[in-house]
Amino acid sequence: MSFGSWRLTLCTVSTLLFLSVSTLIPLSNAESAVPQVLNLGNGGEPKDLDPHTVTGVPEFHIIMNIFEGLVSKDPKNLEPIPGVAEKWKVSKDGKTYTFFLRKNAKWSQGDPVTASDFIYSWIRLLKPETASEYAYQGFYIKNGKAFNEGKLTDPNQLGLKAIDSSTLEVQLENPTPFFLSLLFHHSLYPVHKATIEKFGARWTRPENFVGNGAFTLKKWEVNRVITVAPNPFYWDKETVKLSEANFFPIDKHETEEKMFRAKSLHTVDDLPLEKLPLWQKDTTGVFKNHPYLGTYYYWFNCTKAPLNNKKVRQALTLAIDRDRIVRLVTRGGQVPATMFTPPGTGGFKPESRLPKDGSQIQKAKQLLAEAGFPNGKGLPSLEILYNTSDNHKKIAEAIQQMWRENLGISSSLFNQEWKVFLDNQQTKNYMIARAGWIADYNDPNTFLDMFVTNGGNNHSGYSNSSYDELIESAKKERNPKKRFAIFQKAEDILLEDLPVLPIYVYSRNYLLSNEVQGWHPNIEDIHPLKYISIVKK
Amino acid sequence: MGLTYILRRLLTMIPVFLLVVTLVFFMIRFAPGGPFSAEKKVPAQVLKNLEAKYHMDEPLIQQYFRYLRDLSRFDLGPSFKHSNRTVNEIIAEAFPVSMELGLISLCWALLIGISAGGLAALKPNTFYDYIPMSLSILGICLPTFVVGPVMVLIFGLWLNWLPVAGWNSWQDRLLPSLTLGFAYAAYISRLTRGGFMEIRHQDFIRTARAKGLTETQILLKHSLRGGILPVVSYLGPALAGIITGALVTETIFNIPGLGRFFIESALNRDYTVVMGTSLLYFTLIFVCNFLVDIVYVLLDPRVKYE
Repeated sequence: MSFGSWRLTLCTVSTLLFLSVSTLIPLSNAESAVPQVLNLGNGGEPKDLDPHTVTGVPEFHIIMNIFEGLVSKDPKNLEPIPGVAEKWKVSKDGKTYTFFLRKNAKWSQGDPVTASDFIYSWIRLLKPETASEYAYQGFYIKNGKAFNEGKLTDPNQLGLKAIDSSTLEVQLENPTPFFLSLLFHHSLYPVHKATIEKFGARWTRPENFVGNGAFTLKKWEVNRVITVAPNPFYWDKETVKLSEANFFPIDKHETEEKMFRAKSLHTVDDLPLEKLPLWQKDTTGVFKNHPYLGTYYYWFNCTKAPLNNKKVRQALTLAIDRDRIVRLVTRGGQVPATMFTPPGTGGFKPESRLPKDGSQIQKAKQLLAEAGFPNGKGLPSLEILYNTSDNHKKIAEAIQQMWRENLGISSSLFNQEWKVFLDNQQTKNYMIARAGWIADYNDPNTFLDMFVTNGGNNHSGYSNSSYDELIESAKKERNPKKRFAIFQKAEDILLEDLPVLPIYVYSRNYLLSNEVQGWHPNIEDIHPLKYISIVKK
Repeated sequence: MGLTYILRRLLTMIPVFLLVVTLVFFMIRFAPGGPFSAEKKVPAQVLKNLEAKYHMDEPLIQQYFRYLRDLSRFDLGPSFKHSNRTVNEIIAEAFPVSMELGLISLCWALLIGISAGGLAALKPNTFYDYIPMSLSILGICLPTFVVGPVMVLIFGLWLNWLPVAGWNSWQDRLLPSLTLGFAYAAYISRLTRGGFMEIRHQDFIRTARAKGLTETQILLKHSLRGGILPVVSYLGPALAGIITGALVTETIFNIPGLGRFFIESALNRDYTVVMGTSLLYFTLIFVCNFLVDIVYVLLDPRVKYE
């Protein structure tokens, strides 16, 4: 190239550059004077980002942004809204769902998202080799359970059919009224077949990753940061405002809180308990507190004396002042649990059957006397088992004291390391054990089907055939009103028999910078990044 | 020092190593619970699928030999919990971070410890002795989980000079390495003072003084080599301890080191990661002590290994 042509090229390039820069400047000034980078504290380090194998909350926070299911959730009221499916129809018997996928739904490398992608993904979820811990989320699909157990090996027998590339027909075992809500669960998200077949277990590395969410995986440095950036092929990319979001894995709440105060984070995942009273006085509006879909309770081992006696369990439950526990011990805005299912789960508002405070202590004394232990005499010392943690200990001490003062019962506390504790709980090697249950999906069923006879998560040995029948009939009932009436009956039986001692409904306590817009506190604690932006305050 | 000595030391490592492998393997297996036990219980069939995937359905002894076979190929297996990573990868990513933190901390410890100890030994029973020695008592007594947050409070939140957590820029390195180095500096300063004080009264120092050398010349030429010996023998365990024991510092400052994996894997019953990290730490402690023994011979003409 001669010197002359060099000069010509230089001139052209600089003119072009000048033009492009001058047209860009006013735009960028108006649109994003504030850097649209969100920094989040995200609890523990994610184990993986494969929607079919992960189980934790930190993982879900990321996965719900880099994948999208058939149905999404309204960030304000959590109602199902169209996701990959533009619309859907449900058959009269409630057992067949037909989803119409949007034609412009795309994977992050540009391929269209099709009905067969969903079929592949759900077969993968159910395949025994995948060893998915959430495989049971697929058991609602016809033959899903049998396929996962290896009793059926032909995936064509599953209730899944691609009518064409953008129409998916799903047949269910039972009319499952919460099926749409379930579709937001990560186990039912689609995954990209070609990528998984090519890279195996390493497909979730940023260099290999393909997803279909509003964001895609950009960087993953273990125990440092996971960065997501907008998916250029996302069908609704105009809504996305953030240019990047960084999920920082921070195990220690103290560290997280300090990083927030140093303005390195926009939001923290949780707060240290001892810092709660300080933040509750905060007037800047960064402290957030709201109920959360979970119940904190104690199991009673119904298989061993004296707790196999219903009256003893009732006495112990009535003698507790829940209000004092949440006001003086946990102090985080928790709600005393006067029922088992948290109020508002899937729109269900269970009746209060247990006293909020110590108003029924007399009745408790009387019940204990009727059980043959007047003033606690003759009752063997009770043992409360909990996993090692200061918070659990404080609650157990409060309950121990209430039983002693109100009923004259002595009890001792035992703490165990987490896995040892789980082992003892699951083999019923305990008298009273601490527990907590967080909803898998926003429906009372996730709380109440736990207590069916021999249920996998029923650690009390509790069994009541009329309770089992109610839960079974709720599965088939499509009318929401009738269905809630069934759940209310189940709640009534549960709070009469009391295999559990409900203590409080969980609450979320965290910090959120005032610069973050589009983040709506809600009981499921779901905050899709798609709707979030940052403004300077 | 003979080559036979080195060889003999290395050979004794093999049975000890095998013993450690066996002990850790069976101890973690006999601990209650497993990698897949969780509050929300996994259905029986799913548990079976999971166990098959990780060969946990085989008899334990068979799993042990499988592990030994893989280990001989330096394959530490896949992690149970971090399913898209192998233990080799986890160690390759996290160990350099712990190593870096450890080495910087050790540099601080040596720099602060030897100068404070040297100063105290030069002017014993004066102000210059009392102040650093009182501080060192404080350093030994105060655990890192107190020193760390206090430093964060002062330099991170009040003065706003340094980041409170993270591991990206050089500024991120300062607070954690000082926190971790502080306790070791305290030990080193006392060891240095002790070493120097012992040497001070030796005949060859008196001779040097009689020759008319200045105290500084005596310190650098004659006392340093002998006086530093206690510090050298402490360095091996210190380096191993500083790298393996950085867990608290790593958590306070959110540093992506191996310490967090070590503890987390034990709590999660992530068997392969427990094995991998334990074996790495064992090797590290062995190698550090071994190196110190060799350095000792080079520094102290009185020590000879047969």
